[in-house]
Amino acid sequence: MLGLKLFKLRGGVHPEGRKQLAAEHGIRSLPLPAELFIPLQQHIGAPATPVVKVGERVLKGQLLAAAQGAVSAPVHAPTSGTITALGDHVAPHPSGLPVPTITLTSDGAEQWLEAAGCATPLELAAEEIAAQVAAAGIVGLGGATFPAALKLNLSRNSGVQTLILNGGECEPYLTCDDRIMRERAPQIVEGIQLIARAVAADEVLVGIEDNKPQAIAAMQAAAQGSSVQVVVMPSMYPMGSEKQIIQVLTGKEIPAGGRPADIGVLVHNVATAYAVQQAIRYGRPLISRIVTVSGGAIKTACNVEALVGTPVQALIDFADGYAQPTARLVLGGPMMGQQFTHTGVPVVKGTSGVLALTASEIGQAEPSPCIRCTTCVRACPVGLLPLEMAAHIRASDLTGAVALGLKDCIACGSCSYVCPAHIPLVHYFNYAKGDLAAQERAKLKLEATKKLAEDRTARIARIERERAEAAARRKAAREAKERAAKAAAESEGAA
Amino acid sequence: MTPIAHSPHAHAPISISKVMTTVMLALTPATLLGFWLYGWPAINLWVICILAAILGEAFVLRLQQRAIKPALMDGSGILTAWLLALSLPPFSPWWIAVLGSLFAVIIGKQVFGGLGQNVFNPAMAARVMLLISFPLEMTTWVAPALHPGFVESLHLTFGSQSLDGMASASLLGHAKTEFTRGIGLDQSLTGYYAPLDMLWGSRAGSAGETAALLLLAGGVFLIWRRIITWHIPVAMLLGVALPALLFSLIDPNHYAGPLVHLLSGGVILGAFFIATDPVTSPNTALGQFIFGLGCGLLTWIIRTWGGYPEGVAFAVLLMNTATPLIDQYIKPRIYGRDRRGAALPAKKGV
Repeated sequence: MLGLKLFKLRGGVHPEGRKQLAAEHGIRSLPLPAELFIPLQQHIGAPATPVVKVGERVLKGQLLAAAQGAVSAPVHAPTSGTITALGDHVAPHPSGLPVPTITLTSDGAEQWLEAAGCATPLELAAEEIAAQVAAAGIVGLGGATFPAALKLNLSRNSGVQTLILNGGECEPYLTCDDRIMRERAPQIVEGIQLIARAVAADEVLVGIEDNKPQAIAAMQAAAQGSSVQVVVMPSMYPMGSEKQIIQVLTGKEIPAGGRPADIGVLVHNVATAYAVQQAIRYGRPLISRIVTVSGGAIKTACNVEALVGTPVQALIDFADGYAQPTARLVLGGPMMGQQFTHTGVPVVKGTSGVLALTASEIGQAEPSPCIRCTTCVRACPVGLLPLEMAAHIRASDLTGAVALGLKDCIACGSCSYVCPAHIPLVHYFNYAKGDLAAQERAKLKLEATKKLAEDRTARIARIERERAEAAARRKAAREAKERAAKAAAESEGAA
Repeated sequence: MTPIAHSPHAHAPISISKVMTTVMLALTPATLLGFWLYGWPAINLWVICILAAILGEAFVLRLQQRAIKPALMDGSGILTAWLLALSLPPFSPWWIAVLGSLFAVIIGKQVFGGLGQNVFNPAMAARVMLLISFPLEMTTWVAPALHPGFVESLHLTFGSQSLDGMASASLLGHAKTEFTRGIGLDQSLTGYYAPLDMLWGSRAGSAGETAALLLLAGGVFLIWRRIITWHIPVAMLLGVALPALLFSLIDPNHYAGPLVHLLSGGVILGAFFIATDPVTSPNTALGQFIFGLGCGLLTWIIRTWGGYPEGVAFAVLLMNTATPLIDQYIKPRIYGRDRRGAALPAKKGV
């Protein structure tokens, strides 16, 4: 089991783990909140469309909003109660802008919708598994929130040699995957087997970093006798990134601009496997997730199972509030998570952590000039030259930055983390990617406008031409008629 | 309310001033040995170099209407002056130190746009300027352990007391002079060359060339603290040692061996503290190796066939000009792409 040869991760950093803050706190359920705020978009793709009305009573697990289009995921009621609003609520996003949200006032009954479930899930057909995963609204719980069923279908069509379950959890502070593997390993292993069946995988690997010995032991015990192999990986950031975990476990690289399916690999998070098992065995859609509440400013760090839509303030209260002044609130991990300012934001499917960090933990300082020390070059897991890319972006030379590999950047933050000059390198790159996307949209729009204008000119020319031709025909006809009349008159005259 | 910050929301405990301070820490033992060997004049020189750099940098920052404190506090100007002080003859007059320091921080660094923007290593640019402009003062070396008193040292540094009677040539200068007189290395080095003395620094030279062993220790310390990597120092030492070995095997009476070259002049200081200046060296490991090799090779070529007995400063400056070229051609391979930058082919199975 441990004999699998690991491949080397390039670059990478060793941020201080700080996982001990929450690691030994078992998963506890949060008290039922009075109101839940369920955004219609908690996934990559098109937002879901509401299928309920204000005032309607819903049961726990009932469909609230249906998937819309090819890339989308439905949203279900996290508890039983009444729909009290279909409106806007502050988004779990740094902007804090309002987004379309369903407000559900709970009745405290926690009454489940009758669910079918399946006692023998491992006998289901692959298509059926994917269909049920889609209906349960399951998205990637590692943070990317890509609709899981879509990945299953794409991979089944292209063939999967290796299925990788990501239990890396390389982000500091976060222990939600660690805890779910320790406490719910048998369910996760069943979920893994369901995914493997859905894509007909030849080989199944669970990659776990060596800083989680208890999770490794639990998963190994649960995987005993199955085709699921638990692989211990060295602790290093960003080991849990999709490209990097594939590289370490298989030695393969995803071609630039491609997908794991291009090299016959599928990666899912361990928590996603648990959600798949719950959906298929018990017919329970994805309505809750494990969230780590931690950070130096939090009084009692913990891991909670929170319903989707629970305001973050409820989680902070559950952790006994703040012990120290909070310099920054973060959703997700400190390396790639997003700052938020309003504690009324809801927990969504992709919320892995709620962190309240102190100023010393953030270690923020004013940026100073780049001394080209190339610490960022050595830290980059992709092999980029962050210092050169930033220099090009600062000079508004996006083309130059793209030539250096801007589009290959995975925004892991390793370069910013190690930069002695405290230059916000990833910020530069994300800004440039945004600018690039805007430019490409503008270009498409321009091309569309140009095409419309050209079509119009062509249309006008055609109409004019047709009109001229018609006029010419009419003139010819009239003249012919006149000639005929004249000839007739002449012949009459002659007669 | 503070503005919204971008991830990451954590940072390694490192800063520019910490980097500079660590380098200074690595230089301290060798510097103290220099002070002990050469006494007060060396201390005067070091203090004047650093003061001139601070004042000069503050003055030009003010001219540019830029914040003075953050630029001075990063410690880069002090480090430049420190390195310059270590490369000067210890009994140099005050104005050599002032001119050199001002040239280093103003012409060498600030006119290019300040920290991180300069093309040439500022300390070496200043040293070469001094060497070309004031060849007499820059080649007047004294044997260590003369120990002039403090008052006498002030006369030496600020007055016009002649160094006649104290002066002696550095090893490389001596060998070169003797060689032009037709005296081979077998004779000229006798009594002049004792490797152990060179390791401990008891011979004529600048503070930065006498204490080879302590400088080596400082360099290893920097590698251990991950301030520098091994690529440039190792490549530079190889670049000097390999041709020296080859040619001394061919004609030992004409060409000095690798040990003489490695332990004399500024090779150790250059390899670990000068060529490793991040601003003016390439940004990939392979590029740094090539850069170091070039520095070493050019040093050996200049020493062997050039007009000057020492070549580290020239070699580093010449390789500085090659840095953008090296960076243009040597880039790391990007994940999912081949060396040329094309996407890897999609392949299943295998």
